[in-house]
Amino acid sequence: MKSARTAWLFLAPTLILMVIVALWPLARSIWFSVTETQINNMDASRFIGLGNYFGEFGLFTNAAYTDGFWASDWGISIRNTFKFAAVSVVLETLAGLGVALLLNQDFKGRAWVRTAVLVPWAIPTIVSAKMWQWMLHDQFGIVNAWLEKLGLISQKIAWTAEPATAMWTVIAVDVWKTTPFMALLVLAALQTVPKDCYEAAKVDGVHPLRVFWKITLPLIRNALLVAVVFRLLDALRVFDLIFILTSNSSSTISMSGFVRREMVENGNIGFGSAASTSLFLLIMLCAVLFIKAAKVNLGEQTK
Amino acid sequence: MNQRPLWGTITLYALAAIVFALSVVPFIYVLASSLKTGNAIFEPTLWPKTPSFDNFVGLFSGKQPFGRQFANSVMVATITVTFAMAISLTAAYALGRIRFKGKGLLLLALLGVSMFPQVAILSGMFELMQVLGIYNRTLGLVVPYTVFTLPFTVWILTTFMRDLPGELEEAAIMDGCGPLRIIFQVFMPLLWPALVSTGLLAFIGAWNEFLFAITFVIDDTARTIPVGLGLIAGDNTFELPWGSIMAASVIVTIPLLLLVLVFQRKIISGLTAGAVKG
Repeated sequence: MKSARTAWLFLAPTLILMVIVALWPLARSIWFSVTETQINNMDASRFIGLGNYFGEFGLFTNAAYTDGFWASDWGISIRNTFKFAAVSVVLETLAGLGVALLLNQDFKGRAWVRTAVLVPWAIPTIVSAKMWQWMLHDQFGIVNAWLEKLGLISQKIAWTAEPATAMWTVIAVDVWKTTPFMALLVLAALQTVPKDCYEAAKVDGVHPLRVFWKITLPLIRNALLVAVVFRLLDALRVFDLIFILTSNSSSTISMSGFVRREMVENGNIGFGSAASTSLFLLIMLCAVLFIKAAKVNLGEQTK
Repeated sequence: MNQRPLWGTITLYALAAIVFALSVVPFIYVLASSLKTGNAIFEPTLWPKTPSFDNFVGLFSGKQPFGRQFANSVMVATITVTFAMAISLTAAYALGRIRFKGKGLLLLALLGVSMFPQVAILSGMFELMQVLGIYNRTLGLVVPYTVFTLPFTVWILTTFMRDLPGELEEAAIMDGCGPLRIIFQVFMPLLWPALVSTGLLAFIGAWNEFLFAITFVIDDTARTIPVGLGLIAGDNTFELPWGSIMAASVIVTIPLLLLVLVFQRKIISGLTAGAVKG
């Protein structure tokens, strides 16, 4: 018996669990955002309306923001997050496309390179943060040592501490770690492109760049964009990499980092929840805008 | 593409070599650093002159309960994944093989939950865990981990389930099999590879989780290993024990690296199942 009733019955455990562990906490978090609640005594929460957002000490309007909203910690964390997400996703997409095109060629040892590419992806984020922190160490790091030896820098650079380089360091480490993910998804899409397309183009003597632009890219467009959506959403919620690599310093702190700092370290559950709710809405908005603007077809898979 | 000019071949191999080196060399340096003791760690040489396992031995006899934290991680990740897979099997059958209204929307919602920012539920989850009495317990982490693991396993298993041959199912229905028997007796033997890839990916996700782990567990002995690694501190605040940190990094990474390298085909098929299939 295959009926809608069986379907819902089979889905029931999943749906009930998701309501308890995801929907309910989300609803409670949104509720906390309109209350004043301290972490030590969460029962004593008091409804204050939109005070955490727009009140005297609110996220978006605040008497203490004498240098304007974008200079506040929250404003900075929004700017940091979007800069990180935009730059790292663009670089990862380009690098991923490059590596995928390389792996799609025939050459000896291709299997080895494909396996090697999996290594950065398999390394946990915390480990990659720690290992790059070590390699980029200002005094003992191997990167500074080599750059000095090659004469590219005259004095050692504190990559993760210097405000001018910290964000770029975070982006570089993320690109190193996540390009394999992009490359694998793009490679899988490239392998679905029928070989005759290329052969026909070759017979007609079409320039390889034109082949890429007119045949390959349109055919892998949707897969590429789906991968970009995944990465974008992942990058916008970044926390652990920045938390470890630059210790959440103000030049790199992300929105997720800001939320955790307010809630856990400062104990302001209400204010932190207002930030987390804003972050949730911002990310949703971005996802919807991107999917609409790029006409990504997610529905095709849900057929 | 079989007639490539010479310069093309040279560029190709040079690029391949660069990609290979960029991928592998950083971790080799970590491995090398973990084998350096004393002042050798401060010399940026690629391989130590006298490798030693002191850092590894020190990890398990130091003040940090490293072995315990490793076991915690194995336990939490295994239980989370087993639990999620058991529940998602029937859900994936419903979503992959049965036509009903609202299915597309449901799939999108699941995808949405697996991608949404975990901090959005941080305060609500904090409250829930305290109410349930599982705050600061290692196994309590299974609850927040289910938030991102379950939608993920359902989503991936659905795409695999959809690709199974329909004739098998029809024949089974003819023979009078109910849906449960179809899942567990007819499909199960065919689903094993899919279960392995899904399980591995979900395991990696749970093993690497950091935000929930550092927020909801505060006792050192109850923590998972990524948090333990993230919080390794030295005898004084100015000097980090880099040798131990690198040794810990190696220990956290090796199980995953082995899993990924041994099962690389399965992992790739799982990764791409969710994203590429049209």
